Amino acid sequence: MSTFPLPAQPVARLIEELNKLPGIGPKTAQRLTYFLVRMPEKEARALAEAILAVKEKIILCSICHNITDCDPCLICCGEERDKTKICVVEEPLDILALERTREYTGLYHVLHGVISPMDGIGPDDLKLKELLKRVEDGGVEEVILATNPSLEGEATAMYIHRLLAPLGVRVTRLARGLPMGADLEYADEVTLTRALEGRQEI
Amino acid sequence: MTTPKVYKTEAIVLKRMNLGEADRILTLYGPNLGKFRAVAKGVRRPKSKMGGHLELLTHSALMLARGKNLDIITQCQTIDSFLPLRGDLWRTTTALYAAELVDQFTAEHVENRPLYKLLLNTLLWLCEAQDVELTLRYFELKLLTHLGYKPQLHQCVGCNTPIEPTTNFFSSSDGGVLCPQCQGKEPLARPISVNALKVMRFLEKNEYPAASKLKLDAELSRELEQLMRHYIRYLLEREVRSVEFLDRLRRELR
Repeated sequence: MSTFPLPAQPVARLIEELNKLPGIGPKTAQRLTYFLVRMPEKEARALAEAILAVKEKIILCSICHNITDCDPCLICCGEERDKTKICVVEEPLDILALERTREYTGLYHVLHGVISPMDGIGPDDLKLKELLKRVEDGGVEEVILATNPSLEGEATAMYIHRLLAPLGVRVTRLARGLPMGADLEYADEVTLTRALEGRQEI
Repeated sequence: MTTPKVYKTEAIVLKRMNLGEADRILTLYGPNLGKFRAVAKGVRRPKSKMGGHLELLTHSALMLARGKNLDIITQCQTIDSFLPLRGDLWRTTTALYAAELVDQFTAEHVENRPLYKLLLNTLLWLCEAQDVELTLRYFELKLLTHLGYKPQLHQCVGCNTPIEPTTNFFSSSDGGVLCPQCQGKEPLARPISVNALKVMRFLEKNEYPAASKLKLDAELSRELEQLMRHYIRYLLEREVRSVEFLDRLRRELR
């Protein structure tokens, strides 16, 4: 009886670990592994250290729950930041998008998700209690709800609005309308209705 | 016979799942296709021509191209976006519950035109219903009827004798009402009051315009909800996920 020649144990282990990554199937995992085996030790070490550094140094900011390497994060302790405004977003990546505008100078709050009843994601699975506490602690004049303009995003915004209304803080929602470069012909009724509602003098 | 490469249908969006960088897999419900899944390419980009027409709970006219695995949506145009539903958290949640029920109770590619009509009408009704819960009960009862789970409300499911106007028992496993004599055979049956049974019979027999005129007090409304929830959970053999948020909202709104 012949035994099947398996790859050496460390190689098999690496294949298995790489296989867990999104978009990496068993064949890709094997190819990557054999590429890593041939890699100069210095480069391999740098990759391993980079992965470890992400896990060890990256934490969630205790104030806004953005991913950061120092606590509080650079935005939360920025001197020039307007501390009276909080912009509520779904994911850390949304902060990057808003920061690219260079228009917004206030603080952020990352929910890490959105209310989605069909997936069983409720208010307790988001960083909502933390937001409530930040507003209750005072100093906040305006909360800007910047969740996505999808059904779940809208539901989350409405839920937060109800939560914050008794606290007397100003709650605003990002305008919903037509994106730059869009075609009116292809716009849907909800977007057009909101765009008409939010029209402005020029 | 060759199947055409492109085809048109209308459908309601039940569920969405992100795929890759900007695509989505949609679960749709259509009049002649029943539940089906399709890929919408690039809908998550802000400039997408389809994005807004394929939001959850939108009734859209679609053109699809046959794909290798899933079909691909090439054009779409909103028929109704149920705007009043979107501006009200409670109504949004109840509509999501209705969509989840349809998704869970149906298999793919099984045509069920009455069910499609029911879902479409329910979304319209939920936009303006006075008593949203009554609309949900009506929807649940008709949904079960269209799927072949219509509860037996006039004769006892145990001995087939007509049900007397007294406190009877509802058995989820037998799919109907048990008289007090037969109740012992089914220890899990739950008591059902005379009024609750009357309401169920009325909802089952009548069309929505008549059914929606019923006035239920809070206690009766709760009893019916619990009864239907129990029956639905028994049939699905799992929890309906949106129920949790529904309950929570109701607690916080009151």
